[in-house]
Amino acid sequence: MQVSLQLRASTAVPHYDRLSIGLQALFYAILIAGAVVMVLPFVWMVSTACKPPAELATLPIRWLPENPVCLDNLNQLYRTSPQFNSYLLNSAIVTIGRTLGQLVTCSLAAYGFARFKFPGRGLLFTLCLGLLMVPFQAILIPEYLLMRQLGWLNTFAALIIPGTFSAFAMFLLRQAFMQIPLELEESAQLDGANPLQTLWHIVLPLSRAAVAAFAVITVQAAWNDFLFPLVVANAPATRVVTIGIALLQGERSTPWNLLMMGSFIATLPMMILFIVLQRQFIEGVALSGIQR
Amino acid sequence: MNIQNALGSTPLSRRRALWGLALVAPNVLGLMIFFGIPVGIAFFTSLQNWNALRPPEFVGLANFQRLFSDPAFYNALGNTLRLLIMVVPIGMALALGVALLLNHRLRGRSLFRTLYFLPVVTSTVAASIVWTWIFQPRYGLVGGAFAFLGWQDVNWLTRPDLVLIPIGVVVIWQRLGFDMILFLAGLQAIPRPLIEAAIIDGATWWQRFRHVVLPLLSPTTFLVLVLSTISAFQIFDQVYIMTARTTRGGVGGSATTLTYMLYDRAFIQSQFGYSAAIALVLFGITLAVTVFNLSLQRRWVYYESDAS
Repeated sequence: MQVSLQLRASTAVPHYDRLSIGLQALFYAILIAGAVVMVLPFVWMVSTACKPPAELATLPIRWLPENPVCLDNLNQLYRTSPQFNSYLLNSAIVTIGRTLGQLVTCSLAAYGFARFKFPGRGLLFTLCLGLLMVPFQAILIPEYLLMRQLGWLNTFAALIIPGTFSAFAMFLLRQAFMQIPLELEESAQLDGANPLQTLWHIVLPLSRAAVAAFAVITVQAAWNDFLFPLVVANAPATRVVTIGIALLQGERSTPWNLLMMGSFIATLPMMILFIVLQRQFIEGVALSGIQR
Repeated sequence: MNIQNALGSTPLSRRRALWGLALVAPNVLGLMIFFGIPVGIAFFTSLQNWNALRPPEFVGLANFQRLFSDPAFYNALGNTLRLLIMVVPIGMALALGVALLLNHRLRGRSLFRTLYFLPVVTSTVAASIVWTWIFQPRYGLVGGAFAFLGWQDVNWLTRPDLVLIPIGVVVIWQRLGFDMILFLAGLQAIPRPLIEAAIIDGATWWQRFRHVVLPLLSPTTFLVLVLSTISAFQIFDQVYIMTARTTRGGVGGSATTLTYMLYDRAFIQSQFGYSAAIALVLFGITLAVTVFNLSLQRRWVYYESDAS
């Protein structure tokens, strides 16, 4: 949480940071040039998504389509990939399921580790810590075999249930919970609240910032997940949108304007979320760095 | 000793111990079932000959022997290292540079921060598709720029000697904002009086950077180094997408990374045992990077507490 405070407090910069006009101009020039490179691919994506096929192969590069056909391309995309909406819906289900699931399991566990003494606490905590060192790719095969064994292949269970447990989110929340003054919880307990009530009414509300930061990071990771869904749930009924657009790309015949339209739609929800919840995203990243 | 005593000496502490166990149980059990046990299965699988046709058969270390004499493995390892050498230093330098600029009081710095961070929230798949189009010969953005400059057209994604460049570009583009935020947080944690003292002592911008900022930033630098190195070993989506129109994994395996090889052997060729051996090598490398960096960190990183 310290990080977030500092990120905001830093707008008040003392006098020595004032730059000469020349240096300021140089800094702006570099920053603007960099920002153009960062943003250009998005502009190119939207521009192409609205181009008619005839304008795809034009030189010199045309940034604004002469005859924009955004809606035609959108319709064409749905003709090429009739289930695109259900892919979007599947992604939404998986994202919401994982995030809510993690919120429950990880805040419970974070609270348990932060405030309760029980035999084996250190050992269990270390075990969870150890799991953070395992790259997901390293257990991709056993994970697939496990899903197959459970009969979960091509079901939402495979896409959601393993994703509802997280060592990382647990650590993040535990850290936030431990910064809450103990007296607040104790007085709630004296009033007869049980630990679940204390967690819900005192601890979680006081950790709103950390919970929000964790939630946006989880949402973003779930929405953009690709390798695991590709391996365990590539059937049409459970296909998520990242696989949906990858399939479009795999067919050589799909024209670029439709691919860009698909990519745009698949990206749009996270872009909107980011624009609205910028601070939470950035705090989430800063926090995740501190934690590891 | 009975169970009651093991939980605590007073009724209250016993009750709290039970609550604690109950609270952590769902996540700990879930983590063990879905992540802990699979680690064990990974070891077990790597010792088996296992493909779609025959039942699994114990073969000891044969998979590892085969792996370490497989040119495809060294090719994938080489490609991964080439990507790493390109992505980690360039990505870190750019992220630190942007963070240093944004650490000044500049109008619109939050807008810049937003723009630089935007690629981070984009899905790797969508980003890779967009960049595939950008790197298309002739009418792609890069092709168009080359045509404008009168340069020879290049087919980046089919040339084995070039294909890692567009992949690296996407990785850097998508990671920069993430590392930038970490560096910014690190820069803002540097105590202002130290920098002010350096200014009063007449230190130039470079001297301040070299002797004050950089040493104090070293914990963050190491963190970014570890995180970006580990993630470079996991590059998959970009390879899968950007080589989809030519040959998956690059022409002649020129874009095949370790993770892509793992995926290909397991889920295209159904060699689970062999692929599990690759997974364990990947795991070993990640672990080694972490441990190596931790020990290096102890020697090189300057922590404030060291000074006292």
